[in-house]
Amino acid sequence: MPYLENKYFLLALTFVVFLAAKLLQRRTGLALLNPIMLSIIVLICFLLAADIDYETYSAGGDYIDFWLKPAVVALGVPLYRQLEAIKKQLIPILMAELAGCVAGIASVVLVARLLGASREVVLSLASKSVTTPIAMEITASIGGISALTAAVVVCTGIFGGMAGFRMMRMSRVKSPIAQGLSMGTAAHAVGTSAAMDVGYRYGAFSSLGLTINGLFTALLTPFILSMLGYQL
Amino acid sequence: MILQCAVLFAFLAIGELVVWLTGIPVPSSIIGMLLLAAALKMRVIRLMWVDGVADFLVRNLGFFFVPAGVGLIKCLGLIKAEWLPIVAASVISTFVILAVTGWVHQISRRIVSSVSSSHHAVSRE
Repeated sequence: MPYLENKYFLLALTFVVFLAAKLLQRRTGLALLNPIMLSIIVLICFLLAADIDYETYSAGGDYIDFWLKPAVVALGVPLYRQLEAIKKQLIPILMAELAGCVAGIASVVLVARLLGASREVVLSLASKSVTTPIAMEITASIGGISALTAAVVVCTGIFGGMAGFRMMRMSRVKSPIAQGLSMGTAAHAVGTSAAMDVGYRYGAFSSLGLTINGLFTALLTPFILSMLGYQL
Repeated sequence: MILQCAVLFAFLAIGELVVWLTGIPVPSSIIGMLLLAAALKMRVIRLMWVDGVADFLVRNLGFFFVPAGVGLIKCLGLIKAEWLPIVAASVISTFVILAVTGWVHQISRRIVSSVSSSHHAVSRE
């Protein structure tokens, strides 16, 4: 049915599916029913069932995708509101970010390689914890598959947002600032939105975490990969 | 709302300009975000000029990732072939990052504050 390929229909569908997923989560109170994940699954099933390709969906989806960039700029506001607290602990924050960035890239590369992932897949996973535009840029520059990076980045964000606070409780990361930073470092903007739900302060430090980790990852990924034996 | 969007997009445009002029491999949005925070701090921009649209976007950040996530459909074959390393590496690495970042922050904060408090104690004597 050609109407189903209408971009405004697909745009409206994305809003409605997300709204329904959000209501469902509110009704059931289940963290597992993450509205972002649920919407993605429902939309993919719809596209497969109706035999619509991604390029057709993008004609509508791009209108939403477009707001990613301004939304990242908007993170400057929570960042500004926490500037005093950030200044007071600049050194601990930078050290934590450097450690998290290196450990993150090294662990994802080593585990994927150990389990037999192909070279392209390993390279595409290296930047999986930073926000989509940065991650795709990195992957393109080191010779990975950008589409795979985008998908893994979003999934990592969703997973981090859902399980992050539980994982931190398990590993005894307790202070609100450390928790916020870790969320932004591991799960970029999606983790930040989960941190915002817990509290504004968590969210602000999470946006700081995603920024610094984004910068560090962009700068360090080629270097870490070559230390792990990848010739780029 | 027009003023709010004007400020927000102006900072995105400045970010684009910086990238275009310098060619640095950092996304324009990240540069825009840092410049926005700096402009608010230096009182070039007032918070009330931008907080409405910014708070709206930040509150709904997750939603804007949905179309990118649907892009997963493009690499279903690849994911099917190598799902185990992809999923395991992402999950384990997420846990590692959360723990390492949090630990290093908690420990280095304790060290820095104990160094500066002992410094204060010395200077008081």
